[in-house]
Amino acid sequence: MIPAPFSYFAPDTLEEALSLLGEYGESAKILAGGQSLLPLMAFRLVRPEVLVDLGGIEALSRYELAGGRLTIGSMVTHRTIELDHRITSRCDMLREALDVLGHVAIRNVGTVGGSLAHADPAGEWLAVALALDGRIMVTGPRGNRDVAADGFATGWMTSCLSPDEIVTGVRLDMPGPGTGSAFEEVARRHGDFAVVGVAARVSVEGEAVTGARIALAGAASTPIRAHRAEALLTGTTLSGPDLDAACEAAASETDPVADLHGSVEYKRRLARVLTRRAVSRAYRRASAPA
Amino acid sequence: MTRDLHSIVLNVNGDEVTVRVEARQTLAGMLRDQLGLTGTNLGCEHGVCGACTVLLGGRTARSCTLLAVQANGRSVTTVEGLAADGDPLHPVQQAFADHHALQCGFCTPGFLLTTIEYLDEEPEADPDSIRERLSANLCRCTGYHNIVAAVKDLLERRTGR
Repeated sequence: MIPAPFSYFAPDTLEEALSLLGEYGESAKILAGGQSLLPLMAFRLVRPEVLVDLGGIEALSRYELAGGRLTIGSMVTHRTIELDHRITSRCDMLREALDVLGHVAIRNVGTVGGSLAHADPAGEWLAVALALDGRIMVTGPRGNRDVAADGFATGWMTSCLSPDEIVTGVRLDMPGPGTGSAFEEVARRHGDFAVVGVAARVSVEGEAVTGARIALAGAASTPIRAHRAEALLTGTTLSGPDLDAACEAAASETDPVADLHGSVEYKRRLARVLTRRAVSRAYRRASAPA
Repeated sequence: MTRDLHSIVLNVNGDEVTVRVEARQTLAGMLRDQLGLTGTNLGCEHGVCGACTVLLGGRTARSCTLLAVQANGRSVTTVEGLAADGDPLHPVQQAFADHHALQCGFCTPGFLLTTIEYLDEEPEADPDSIRERLSANLCRCTGYHNIVAAVKDLLERRTGR
């Protein structure tokens, strides 16, 4: 199994990369870490004529935690973030999501931007970005733009990027004091894509929830926010009935597709159960003294 | 469409090599077909089974889902780099042999390199975390128990227990 032939470019700068995309248009694909793209090319499900490898563009491999915000360049590997204790100690959701994202050998090579741009419905990064009010940074011939994570994916493995644009990074709001977060997923085998995954962030004052974010992976054609469930949680103290109602709402906001891994009913059930686990844990963490 | 050859320079098992590759050549394909390093086995060829695991810059990578051109300028360690012919086995290889942690041996190079990266992180000798880490590699012979035992033994000997 080997990809169909293609022309390969490894530009040193974003400008060069953009000009290559401008020149080759839809016949070109961007190569980030390749952990999703190369298997697709090996199966010849994707046959780009041109690959533009971003691996040589140093500016995309930087990340920064400043104030309450984490800015990650698109070519930063999953493992780089996973091993940065300053980040994982501040965001349980990110730590838990990275722990189940593929295997170490994949996280060593796979990139944050590649995962976002790939827009897999079960992708952990996009779910995390949804739950952390992420903004995806994009550059193109018409300049730079920031896209809210909510709305970035427009359909199954499809994003709002145009073929001449490049994801340069993502900005995430780190949970601050009084805010807890968690990530839960069920996969058939360790390291597989989630059947369903849930990212939750809960802010608490006293015992009351003052804000919640719930994002689900694998539960629709794109990762989604469960807006109704978030609204139902807000103002509650997470009593049994309140939590039941929110989890029920989250499940009803999903639109899963039946496949080898489970029926629609099963995935909805997972959405309900995993929302309960993730939200409860995030709430506990928010309430725990720092 | 061009089939230009790309000239890449990389350090393989301590030796600097220059290779001309097609862009679509995977690192695994280059190692096997152009350098003759057939210890790196190709199983699934789409990043699932872990048989083709090598160290890239000291860290595990699946050489089937990496283009050779992506490894340009990097260092690669394959199973052939663990112990030279005639030398004693690498401690991880020896532990696998001692614990009968292989049968057909196809998956073993990948397991060895996964284990070497894991040991470098100085983890606790906890069977659950060993199993979790080794879940990146599939073995269809051993049932994994002896592989876990080999890794556990390596960790325990290191901590002097």
